[in-house]
Amino acid sequence: MGAIEDYVARIEETCGEERDFVVVFKYDKKGEVMAKILQKAKVEKSISRIIFELTFKDVSFRLYGTGKAIFRNLKDKDELKNVLSDLLL
Amino acid sequence: MLDPYKIREDFPILKRKINNHPLIYFDNAATTQKPRQVIGAIREFYEKYNANVHRGVHTLSQEASELYENAHEEVAKFINADGTEEIIFVRGTTEAINLVAYAWGLRNLKGEDEVLVTLMEHHSNIVPWELLSKINGFQVRYVDVNPDGTLNYEAFGNAISEKTRIVCMSHVSNVTGAINDVKKVAKMAHEYGALVLVDGAQSVPHLPVDVKDLDVDFFAFSGHKMLGPTGIGALYGKREILMEMEPFHGGGEMIRDVTFNTITRRCSISWNDLPWKFEAGTPNICGGVGLMAAVKYLRSIGMENVKEHEETLTEHAMHRTQECGKVKIYGPRDASVKCGIIPFNVDGLSSHDVALFLDGYGIMVRSGFHCAQPLHEVFKLKSSARVSFYIYNTREEIDRFVEVLKEIERI
Ligand SMILES: Cc1ncc(COP(=O)(O)O)c(C=O)c1O
Repeated sequence: MGAIEDYVARIEETCGEERDFVVVFKYDKKGEVMAKILQKAKVEKSISRIIFELTFKDVSFRLYGTGKAIFRNLKDKDELKNVLSDLLL
Repeated sequence: MLDPYKIREDFPILKRKINNHPLIYFDNAATTQKPRQVIGAIREFYEKYNANVHRGVHTLSQEASELYENAHEEVAKFINADGTEEIIFVRGTTEAINLVAYAWGLRNLKGEDEVLVTLMEHHSNIVPWELLSKINGFQVRYVDVNPDGTLNYEAFGNAISEKTRIVCMSHVSNVTGAINDVKKVAKMAHEYGALVLVDGAQSVPHLPVDVKDLDVDFFAFSGHKMLGPTGIGALYGKREILMEMEPFHGGGEMIRDVTFNTITRRCSISWNDLPWKFEAGTPNICGGVGLMAAVKYLRSIGMENVKEHEETLTEHAMHRTQECGKVKIYGPRDASVKCGIIPFNVDGLSSHDVALFLDGYGIMVRSGFHCAQPLHEVFKLKSSARVSFYIYNTREEIDRFVEVLKEIERI
């Protein structure tokens, strides 16, 4: 089994009161990541396959066709990492 | 009148595609792109002139020193300072403000003294004063802004008093682009015997600045926001104040003599001349050379033309974004009282979502607090997205941005 670092290039905690997390996936893994996430998470809404509004185990997030995702309302980075490992590994 | 299409030819990065779209760079308040002339000057320095400055009699060291000194001279002329003695090269605005806080503030602020800071400041003009007040125990007082983010001069008049020792304010807000009347504030501050420190990070790159006319005591700015490289900026200080001040950092270059007394076994130190007294250690020589090239480039365009171009773009953006019903813009709407910075939000979306969506179309904008959290609290905003323009931006780019905003509104 791999590690989320195999798929994730960077995690940025955004500044602003929202304290969202922006996850930038590795460029060469973009396709694989999108496929895995779209298979596991529930697609609530999709706009021309550029943005996907998703939910996974009560966590809502947006996945962008550019290989980036924004996760909202998470407690901390550890919770994010758990979600990412459930989605990707 | 400036020709952005001709200017664009000097900026190799603008030929890039990002996410399969032509790059539209609207994050100029964070940092600007670099023209060939600056990139070339840096390259030429390392290929032909690289040596340490003020340290050798050999030809290369002399040439490098001359270039580095010329860079101070060019920057001095650019803001109408009284020569190189008044221009200290630093890493950027942040270091310049910290220099004033620690080299001047540490020795001059105490007890009942007050430092006035406006609520529109970037964190770099807040945090050094708060940190220092914990050491020295003086008060940091914040001056209110109006609901549109402009400075409240009445509140300023009420806050200033005999206790005020220094007024710390930005010339142009990095969130709203609002231009402050620095000259008026400096006059009021001087009547109370207070000094004035201006954060010019967002003004020097975008409008003509004359520090003598403004009559400020300190003026800080960053090279990377005005086409220069990162890691170089300048602090202007009035000569007589800099002369009185003790140095900030200690080390080589900033001293004239370090003499060892064999009886007391202590060193006694005398300082170098201005501005070197404040430039300890090997400086960012190449950064200085790059900044000089940037200043020459801007001068060849003319700062009046830069201001006019940004005003035209801002007006166009203000006008076109009216077509977007879910877009809310903050700050003054009149393009003539501001620089080319527009903060906004799209109903129902976080600023980061907006920035990520725009990124998908090759449009680079900033999201978050822009290092100015107190102003966002005044606006009661969780965060904002921000577009900021420069000399190479065009009306067509704004039109494209508005088209994409309309798509975002459909989310
Ligand atoms: C108004 C203002 N002040 C200070 C700074 C800090 O500049 P630097 O990071 O170059 O030191 C910035 C940078 O965004 C700014 O916009």
